[in-house]
Amino acid sequence: MSVVAIHGLTKTFPKGNVTALQNIELEIETGEFVSLIGPSGCGKSTLLRVIGDLIQPSTGTVDVNGKTAHQGRLDHDYGIVFQDSVLFDWRTVAKNISLPLEMLDWDRSKRKERVEEMLRLVELQGFGDHHPWQLSGGMQMRVAIARALAFEPPLLLMDEPFGALDEMTRERLNIELLEIWRRMASTVVFVTHSISEAVFLSTRVVVMSPRPGRIAGVVDVDLPQPRTVDTREDPHFFELVTAVRELLRGVGADEHGSVRAEESA
Amino acid sequence: MAQAGHAAAFRRETPARAFSRERVTGAGFRAGVIAVTLLALWGLWELYRFIWVETGWTWPFPVNGTTMPHVHTIFKAFDQQSRFDGPLLISVLLRAALFTGKEALVGFLMGASIGFVIAVGLVHSRLAQRAFLPYIVASQTIPMLAVAPMVVVWLQAGWLSVSVIAAYLTFFPVAINTLRGLQSADPRAHELLGTYAASRWKVLWHLRVPASLPYLFSALKVSATASVVGAIIGELPSSIEGGLGGAILNFNQYYSLVPQNLWATNLIAAALGIIFFLGVVILEKLVVRRAPVQTA
Amino acid sequence: MSPAARLRDWIPAIVVFCAGIAAWQLSIEIFNIQKFLLPKPWAIVHACWTQRHALWSAGWLTLKEALGGFAIGSSAGILFAVVLARFRRLGSALMPIAIAANAIPIIAFSPIFNAWFDPLSPAPRMATAAVLCFFPVMVNTLRGLTSVRPAQIEVMRSYATGEFEIFRRVRAPTALPFVFSALKVATVLAMIGAIVSDYFGTFGSLGITIKNSVALFDFETAWAAILVASILGVLMYISVSLAERFALQWDPTRQERGTA
Repeated sequence: MSVVAIHGLTKTFPKGNVTALQNIELEIETGEFVSLIGPSGCGKSTLLRVIGDLIQPSTGTVDVNGKTAHQGRLDHDYGIVFQDSVLFDWRTVAKNISLPLEMLDWDRSKRKERVEEMLRLVELQGFGDHHPWQLSGGMQMRVAIARALAFEPPLLLMDEPFGALDEMTRERLNIELLEIWRRMASTVVFVTHSISEAVFLSTRVVVMSPRPGRIAGVVDVDLPQPRTVDTREDPHFFELVTAVRELLRGVGADEHGSVRAEESA
Repeated sequence: MAQAGHAAAFRRETPARAFSRERVTGAGFRAGVIAVTLLALWGLWELYRFIWVETGWTWPFPVNGTTMPHVHTIFKAFDQQSRFDGPLLISVLLRAALFTGKEALVGFLMGASIGFVIAVGLVHSRLAQRAFLPYIVASQTIPMLAVAPMVVVWLQAGWLSVSVIAAYLTFFPVAINTLRGLQSADPRAHELLGTYAASRWKVLWHLRVPASLPYLFSALKVSATASVVGAIIGELPSSIEGGLGGAILNFNQYYSLVPQNLWATNLIAAALGIIFFLGVVILEKLVVRRAPVQTA
Repeated sequence: MSPAARLRDWIPAIVVFCAGIAAWQLSIEIFNIQKFLLPKPWAIVHACWTQRHALWSAGWLTLKEALGGFAIGSSAGILFAVVLARFRRLGSALMPIAIAANAIPIIAFSPIFNAWFDPLSPAPRMATAAVLCFFPVMVNTLRGLTSVRPAQIEVMRSYATGEFEIFRRVRAPTALPFVFSALKVATVLAMIGAIVSDYFGTFGSLGITIKNSVALFDFETAWAAILVASILGVLMYISVSLAERFALQWDPTRQERGTA
């Protein structure tokens, strides 16, 4: 069964009459890691928010786990991670991670247990009593991921989660994320600006084009699992990066210069 | 080329026009809201009066023509003589407002300039900051207005001593906020000016002062009101009768006979405070021409 | 920072304090300033002692008036802001009016409170203090409640929570620093309200002490009363600051926001 099924989705914003998304067709199966990539204004973040029922579609249907996206949100079917970690400054790291659990009315001992588990998962043992501002950007992002995964949602939505981090941190977190993905056996929808990040992480890369936002093409990433630092040096990796880049060139990404190809493949 | 230029000009023009239209409707909307609110306040006042008078409730205070005169009675008072054979109340009050306004304005300008200069001095000397800043900060936590009677009797300078009180109340917030603003510039901007080997004065004029303006103005907004309050309070112990403070003391004595006169005086005092505040707001709009920064 | 270094930071301030007191005392002796104009610092401390009974009872009354007004005005301000934040359009429409109302010299209305309430009771002074506290607390709280980061609201919506949970978990904590900085300002305003409204009337506490002493050219008592008022004001301010420090341990910008 598809975790996410999108049919005939169009989204127009009445303000300025912008068509953010046009006629999107996309099905994501259980266990997939799907990246959405495209230049600014291609609606990839909007698409993510529509899946999360944070934005309503104008036409078309969006189903999550065989239900409407709205029901999916009410059932806590997904966890979400934003570009800046959006931690609550007034809560400690542990309390940030337990926030969704409080929303789900878990009792205290169960929450505590799960928070410890999540801290171990993102390798932040001992930082539970710190406040977010005491952590580095990479650590904050790991807390955000832990928060999103704390209640074991079947679907993880990530909106450019590593966009604000330096490259070394980003590559390390990429590998950590893949490991978490494997261990939690969840489905991930990942929005990114970076071609090599998309190829490295995903089982499928969805390339989007702007004005109006459409799906320009899909690249299946058949690199072997588990992926490691060596994957980035695999010749096939470069072929796939090139394939994505060429699709992006077709959609005018270079003209806008907003897709970073800094990985110098 | 010419066509491109034309297109650019066109593009520049469109948002500006849209912006001004938005601003016009925004101003109209705001004026409407203000009018509706004032009418609602009038209605609430009369409704409250009516209910309390009809039911005879005395909590928190008994309502009658003395404690809460009709709104129209208050406005009618403007058009009546304040005492037998005297001028109309409105002209008495306007003259008093001008007098108090003069005291407040002179004090405001004195206090703001001294506060600004002191802040500029402090920002250049860590030693001076350590020596004086604790007192400037602490002075914000004590009821300085209580000193007013002393200052007036001391200086024996008539309305000017009232201005000194207004200046005194203006000085402290301006000094603190300006200092904070002068220190608020982006460290990278300091580095940039450093690469130009800019002098202290250049850094002050081109970086520190522009960075301090939003802070300065948020202090000036507080001080504008404070200077009016200082002027009114300063008049009380000094037997200066030309201003609003004197008028309040005077009409307070006859409150049980003609309460509307005191109410009318207070309305004028309120208007004076708001005019001072709006004056600073307008000045800020003229001086700080960029995205507003939220401070304070 | 080591204690020694911290002490060294305070040395200039302490020097200024001692020098100021010495200059004050000396200039009176050298220029032969009449004592009724500017009493010596020692004389003020002395007056504090000789008048301690009168000052104590007046100070206690003033403190009660200020605290009562502070409590009433601040809670009313917070309550109003919460309601206005719930109806955001109404709130943003009324905001400029509240800001303008903040520019009204409210203290000028204290004679009216003397007519409303029994002037022999603390009620009129309490009312002045309450109204003075109300507007800054209301405006700042509303500003805090509406300055939440949209992304934090989205996080909460992704958990399918309602407005109340969003208020409790996002709006209220975001507003708290704003509320506290307003409360600190309000302590000073409450003290001013309780004292200065006495200048309009003939009954009261510390304000009347100051007013009457000045009229009799008894500046030593007047300054002693101001000293007591200042100490009470600082005590109120420090109490709120301590509560703030306790409540906002998480906030790294607490120090910068300061008092102004």
